[in-house]
Amino acid sequence: MTQNIIEIVNRHAEQAGASRVSRIHLVIGELSSVVDDSVQFYFDYLSEETLCAGAELVFRRVDVKLVCGNCDETWQPEGIEWRCPACGESQARVTEGREFYVDSIEVEDP
Amino acid sequence: MSTRRVPVVERIMKANDVQAMENRETFDAHGIHVVNIMASPGAGKTSLILETVRRLKDQVRMAAIEGDLASTVDTDKVRAGGIPAVQINTGGGCHLDANQVGQSLDDLPLDEIDLMFIENVGNMVCPVGFYLGEHTRVAISSVPEGDDKPHKYPKIYANVDVLVINKIDLLPYLAFDMEAFQTLVRGLNPEIQIFPVSCTTGEGFDAWTRWLLAQAETS
Repeated sequence: MTQNIIEIVNRHAEQAGASRVSRIHLVIGELSSVVDDSVQFYFDYLSEETLCAGAELVFRRVDVKLVCGNCDETWQPEGIEWRCPACGESQARVTEGREFYVDSIEVEDP
Repeated sequence: MSTRRVPVVERIMKANDVQAMENRETFDAHGIHVVNIMASPGAGKTSLILETVRRLKDQVRMAAIEGDLASTVDTDKVRAGGIPAVQINTGGGCHLDANQVGQSLDDLPLDEIDLMFIENVGNMVCPVGFYLGEHTRVAISSVPEGDDKPHKYPKIYANVDVLVINKIDLLPYLAFDMEAFQTLVRGLNPEIQIFPVSCTTGEGFDAWTRWLLAQAETS
């Protein structure tokens, strides 16, 4: 996954004609993946001698948001009791929380 | 030095998902229904495959891809069960990815397979994030693991089509609340199919194999 991030960032930095990437903004849903702050450690190692070497990873976490398939109530669950707080049905659909993408990069010009 | 912000908005899993789509096209071109089996080590992934093969081998042509950190132990067992199998050793990797699966397809007789099992690396976290091109995603929970697993690993329960609850022959010896467990899982995933089974006694297998055959026939 870290390799994927580096590949995406370097490609976009090159297209933008940047000389260096200083910051990488990632959007990560609570349900989407296993990436945590330790990814910076792998990133520092794997990005050596590339455009994004030394860049800082900035995480924006997205909480899980659900909509009830029965009554259209929307809510943020606490823990994993995903029953609708309004009607009590177990028909929750995830509307937010599966995001997992590189949102933007901050680059320096030559 | 001045910096500027460049919008990217690119999914991190895109490379894997593109390869998974290619795998899916290969499976569909050969009429193969593919089942990705995910569970913790020891839950019974290999046992489920072996018992399913034993019961269905006169009705459908099966094969398996076995993912493990190392060794060919599982592949040897599955081959001994009478179906073609290939081993993917991830060399420390904690999950299979679409690329590994795509490469392993060269070693299987695709025209002679109707139903393919992919046994993922024993792990309840990472495999869930990597689509392999499968049609059906199966999680196995075995009752000795406890009925509180959905609290610890909600993602796997929320992201599979089927839950097999294995080792139900041990229920008399364990404080496992089957009803509470299933209620919790259905709360996370209202559409999930649940099959309580025992690979040892064969209990519950008729419902599972009937469902599986019906899936294979639609592919």
